[in-house]
Amino acid sequence: MKWLNILKVSLLSIMKNKMRSFLTSLGIIIGVCSVIVMVGVGRGSSKQIEQNIQSMGTNMIIVGNARFRFRGVSSSDRNELSFDDVEFLQENGKNFTDISANVRTSAQVVANGNNINTSIEGVEPPYLNIRKWEIETGTMFTDRDVTSKKKVCLLGQTVIEELYGDSGIDPVGSRIRIRNTPFKVIGTLKEKGENQMGHDQDDLILMPVTTALYRLKGGTSLDQIYISANSAEVVDQAIAEVEQLMLRAHEQADLENADFWVRSQSELTDMMTSTADTMTALLAAIAGVSLIVGGIGIMNIMLVSVTERTREIGIRLSVGARGKDVMMQFLTESIVLSMIGGITGILLAFGLIFILNNYAGLPAVAEPKIITISFLFAGFVGVFFGWYPARKASRLNPIDALRYE
Amino acid sequence: MKPVIEIKNLTKDYMLGSQKVHALRGVDLSIHEGEFVAIMGASGSGKSTLMNIIGCLDEMTSGTYLLDDTDVSSLKPDQYADIRNQKIGFVFQSFNLLARTTALENVELPLLYDRSHRIENAKKKALECLDMVGLTERAHHEPNQLSGGQQQRVAIARSLVNEPAILLADEPTGNLDSRTSVDVMKLFQELNNQGITIVLVTHEPDISLYAKRKVVLLDGRIVKDEVVTKRLNANEELKRLKEVDDEVA
Repeated sequence: MKWLNILKVSLLSIMKNKMRSFLTSLGIIIGVCSVIVMVGVGRGSSKQIEQNIQSMGTNMIIVGNARFRFRGVSSSDRNELSFDDVEFLQENGKNFTDISANVRTSAQVVANGNNINTSIEGVEPPYLNIRKWEIETGTMFTDRDVTSKKKVCLLGQTVIEELYGDSGIDPVGSRIRIRNTPFKVIGTLKEKGENQMGHDQDDLILMPVTTALYRLKGGTSLDQIYISANSAEVVDQAIAEVEQLMLRAHEQADLENADFWVRSQSELTDMMTSTADTMTALLAAIAGVSLIVGGIGIMNIMLVSVTERTREIGIRLSVGARGKDVMMQFLTESIVLSMIGGITGILLAFGLIFILNNYAGLPAVAEPKIITISFLFAGFVGVFFGWYPARKASRLNPIDALRYE
Repeated sequence: MKPVIEIKNLTKDYMLGSQKVHALRGVDLSIHEGEFVAIMGASGSGKSTLMNIIGCLDEMTSGTYLLDDTDVSSLKPDQYADIRNQKIGFVFQSFNLLARTTALENVELPLLYDRSHRIENAKKKALECLDMVGLTERAHHEPNQLSGGQQQRVAIARSLVNEPAILLADEPTGNLDSRTSVDVMKLFQELNNQGITIVLVTHEPDISLYAKRKVVLLDGRIVKDEVVTKRLNANEELKRLKEVDDEVA
């Protein structure tokens, strides 16, 4: 019997029993739909957490001066962070490229007749990338500005609000005085909001690290070095690398007693995303159970159908159908039913995810991988649970089948 | 003329619970091309068992059976299916049409399973067969829209569609009233006149009179095998019945 014929016979049989076919597929529809939606919701929230953390720079590694040492050696072997360290890290780092020296201070700022105290960060251009800062208007200063200790700065949104308020003045291009030194504002930073500790991240002014260090703060040592690992996957390697390089640069024996510290935010990320992933797996497992229950539903209906259609099977056998033909017919029916269920379930899931995203404010993503897997699984369920009833049908004796009332 | 069916010393035993039943105890039977044989016998005489074995629906216990020169004594289930598909047309007492399936689709059914592809245009062939039984206009009706006689004629069309060597009918008039029975017998006689070999199982003596030859079974053996002498012509019988009706009216 040709494949096309088998498919035709199966489709006809499905079409002739629309209600039964629909109810049979329902289990698969719900199963596939819930797997996709559940995983979608799980992944959605996990993505949201990741984005939250990434807004602070997930791949970020910070090196700082270990100022307080309780069991330290004499102070003579202590080095502060310096531009040499930055250069050394830059030259030898393999898992990171973005690196920025950082100097912090706070200062009195005057502009537009207003006077505020805010924190000043002296940084290098890669800092924006490391911290995931974005420019609202204007531009970032350049490496050249850093070299020439240029008196330019970028303002955070809180600073702008307090200095310019409703005056309608465009801060970009205007001049401000920081500790009585005139600076040109070349850009503004996008709003970032509070960080996880409740600190207002927008209450700051960025300027070239050299300008901050030599013109405002004085001294030669850096406060921190900000580094961004090339990707989330290599954060751990990058940390290890930074630690080793710093030990060499500062000629220190071990990390515990070193004159610097290295921290990263990857641990926090790991913890939070792994919680989300566990939730996703749990949701997927529950939904997966419903898919299996759907499969059992198919087997149930197919078994009933074999009994109910014993006479039909007898007729087919008596006009020359082989056992294999009957088996293929029933197997095809069950596969087609579960495939139809799978496709309907996928469409339904798309609809639900759309509704969740747009009307329920619950972020959900339709993952192509999960869609493929659940569709294939639906097909597998069709084969697996259709096989037994199909075999049962194919083993009927034509005479007994014909006599069946 | 060469025999279409040649059966020698055929036996069939089966178990009914723990008891062994000898349904057939050594049957010899030859049926030639163009014959119209009625197999008669009381219930339990083994006539249906014989029919099922002739129709390759059931396996024999011992003996030899040549169907159209093919030895079918020792075939595998799939080969039985192929024989049923290509050499045998079966007509049943209860019509056995697929429900919710048009007459045309029912007639086409055997060709769906035809692996030899002898018949190129299944639909055309099916329509021809429906025409032979006079149901062309009913081709797209489903069984529940047809009368019993019409259903049986659809079943006969189905049995003819694969151009079988032999047409087997198992109590084809059992579910029909006497007038429709004669109708169906008329169709069988016409088909037989066209050269189709027919074997018919019946327990009604008057139905057997439409055949050319009568074989009587008793307790699994053939006890009588004779030419039907007072053969009825279904066409004339129908005319006679009509006259009777007219008189009553």
